[in-house]
Amino acid sequence: MATGTVQVRFFARYAELAGCETTSLSVPVPATVADVVRRVREAIPGAVALPERPLAAVNMRHVKLDSPVGDGDEVAFLPPVAGG
Amino acid sequence: MTFLTKDPISVGALLAEVAAPHCGGTCVFLGTVRDAPQDGGVTGIEYTAYEAMAVAEFDRLLAEARRRWPEARLAIRHRLGLVPTEEASIAIAAAAPHRAAAFEACRYVIEEVKKRLPIWKKELRADGTALWVDPEGRPAVVGPEGTP
Repeated sequence: MATGTVQVRFFARYAELAGCETTSLSVPVPATVADVVRRVREAIPGAVALPERPLAAVNMRHVKLDSPVGDGDEVAFLPPVAGG
Repeated sequence: MTFLTKDPISVGALLAEVAAPHCGGTCVFLGTVRDAPQDGGVTGIEYTAYEAMAVAEFDRLLAEARRRWPEARLAIRHRLGLVPTEEASIAIAAAAPHRAAAFEACRYVIEEVKKRLPIWKKELRADGTALWVDPEGRPAVVGPEGTP
């Protein structure tokens, strides 16, 4: 199976929990957002505190957890949004 | 259009952006930072955003609003950084030929902002503490154990 690299971004409280705002992770591709969540929770000690089903965006668009993720994609994990 | 700003929002500038001879009704919505005495007092809110996505999301939701109300003219600012109590964190101006479309378009935009914009707030309390709050202003809860 091929391996891809995704750019992972954390925001607000999730960045504090993960201890970083951005990181690169290798994942077997094709992958889904849920696969990236699992990899993040394994690879980053603080990320175990993230929800198992966080709000996520791929390449700056809101997506569901079963959405595809490919090599070079940016996957952002977003705490419940509170704009306005 | 500049959607995000660290400076106080000028309602006059927003009104100037939407003014047009064919528009007879203009609706302005301001969201302001409110105190919460029952929580020990809130002196301000620190707003942070995933800025590039927020701009893209503003573009998308304004395009949707313009499809629904083609004659409406819309302008938005969302403030980032520390916003003191009573000051506006968001301002939306919607102008249309008649008032119904102005009210509807303005309401649509603020409701979509609340659902979609990747923006977060940290409340600064009067006792010097600060905490992330969820969309309803309650302390944010994360994690499988539900620990704050």
